[in-house]
Amino acid sequence: MPSSAIRLYTLGERAAVIASPPPVNVGCQRRIWWLAQRLASHAAVCELVPGMNNLTVLLDPAGPAPDAFLAELEALWQQAEAAQLPDTREISLPVIYGGADGPDLGEVARLAHLSPDEVIALHAGANYQVYFLGFRPGFAYLGGLPTRLSTPRRAEPRRTVPAGSVGIGGEQTGVYPLASPGGWQVIGRCTEPLFDATAEPPTRLRPGDTVRFVPVTEPCSR
Amino acid sequence: MLEVIQAGTLCSVQDLGRPGLRHLGIGPGGALDALALMVANRLVGNRLGAAGLEIPLGPLELRFGRDGSLALAGADFDATLDGMPVWPGWRTPVHAGQRLHLAAARFGQRAYLAVDGGIDVPLVLGARGTDLGAGFGGLQGRALRVGDRLPQGRPNPHWPRRGVKLPDWSPLLRALPGPDYPAFAANAQRRFWGEAWQVSADSDRVGYRLLGNTLHCELEHELPSHAVLPGVVQVPPSGQPIVLLADAPTTGGYPCLAVVIEADLWLLAQARPGARLGFVRCGLAEAAAARDAQARYLRQLEWGLYGR
Repeated sequence: MPSSAIRLYTLGERAAVIASPPPVNVGCQRRIWWLAQRLASHAAVCELVPGMNNLTVLLDPAGPAPDAFLAELEALWQQAEAAQLPDTREISLPVIYGGADGPDLGEVARLAHLSPDEVIALHAGANYQVYFLGFRPGFAYLGGLPTRLSTPRRAEPRRTVPAGSVGIGGEQTGVYPLASPGGWQVIGRCTEPLFDATAEPPTRLRPGDTVRFVPVTEPCSR
Repeated sequence: MLEVIQAGTLCSVQDLGRPGLRHLGIGPGGALDALALMVANRLVGNRLGAAGLEIPLGPLELRFGRDGSLALAGADFDATLDGMPVWPGWRTPVHAGQRLHLAAARFGQRAYLAVDGGIDVPLVLGARGTDLGAGFGGLQGRALRVGDRLPQGRPNPHWPRRGVKLPDWSPLLRALPGPDYPAFAANAQRRFWGEAWQVSADSDRVGYRLLGNTLHCELEHELPSHAVLPGVVQVPPSGQPIVLLADAPTTGGYPCLAVVIEADLWLLAQARPGARLGFVRCGLAEAAAARDAQARYLRQLEWGLYGR
């Protein structure tokens, strides 16, 4: 990947960011994982936050200013290889699509010129890979959304999206583990929990895991 | 033990948050006005990051279970202890059975209460603060309710009544241009720095929504999700900016117009709905100097209180 395509910038007073432009791809994400592994023991680094084909490096305020760190970040990126993550798994998640659980299924179908059933078949027919966790506790950003299902985020984020909601935002799809504000189009609800603060680890999914969605109907009356 | 007689609204146990877990989607959280919590903690002899109460809306009334001391900082809530005034920025001795009452904010938005020994709720994922959105930490992961009992840590040595100068609030927040700043039209950039922004009633620990002229971004594509931090001013397609705070999501996809510097985040935490704010452009050196100035204030406070 030519370095000219890479964006390097600061975010506020203590973060340096490296970002690869769209389209999102898993090869790039493997290099992001590699970069995060390499920087984990760096003396100036407080925290590493992988995003979708990007990495934000939170720096120790006592260390270098973020603009002074960009050159080092770029040099490391040039060496970056596709990392293999340890202990990745294949995970099936049950989803109730449409109805009250997926209020935006119709809108996604309309924008994709598909029927709601075709949207469900496409969404549940794909294998997804966990690129990174972010947004809210335990939320996994998944790569592998069929291009036909790409849908813009809502113009105004919702104040509350129920726990388990399965959404599409741009080229991404995922499950909201907790009730939270959100700007994605909601097409269904996953019936298994993805976050438990008292569990070790607290999150169900890990970067590198492969995820499939399995359509189910309401298991029993609530 | 502190008994909650009146619970206020959205009052929660907060400390300095749980950094280091963003890669699991877990945000830092913690006191929105971290400076106020630190000052209150040092007044009663706690370490800077001990857990206290964040009080955005009264009336709150607590009954103390043992002798000790308390300190309030941040917003002035017309507080009284058994009917006698308790001013923000003072250490006040307290006896078992006494009742602390906080009415409503006279100035500012959030009061912080520290008690000697701290609020001794269990550590969850490395901190005692409440993540109200995700429902963990603090007292059962939720805001206070009438009848709650808050465990209080071991007593600190007693010191006499003593006050410190609290920092002055200002409606002007210093900010750095954000990574997507160049993607905003010149007139949107000008308006952001030049016009007053009104705090929406729809503002909370997640973020402050600002009302004013809409700001349009010329980015053609939505951005792939990337990390966001407290202080990030993001602009959704509606064109109304949102300043993210401690309970914001760890990542987002809206364009980032600016980032409020860390030293000025407390000003936002104390801005009331309806207040008019302005943004002042600054650079990295000024942000670092502002952080140093805050550290110097805390060192001076330490010297004044404990002579070290």
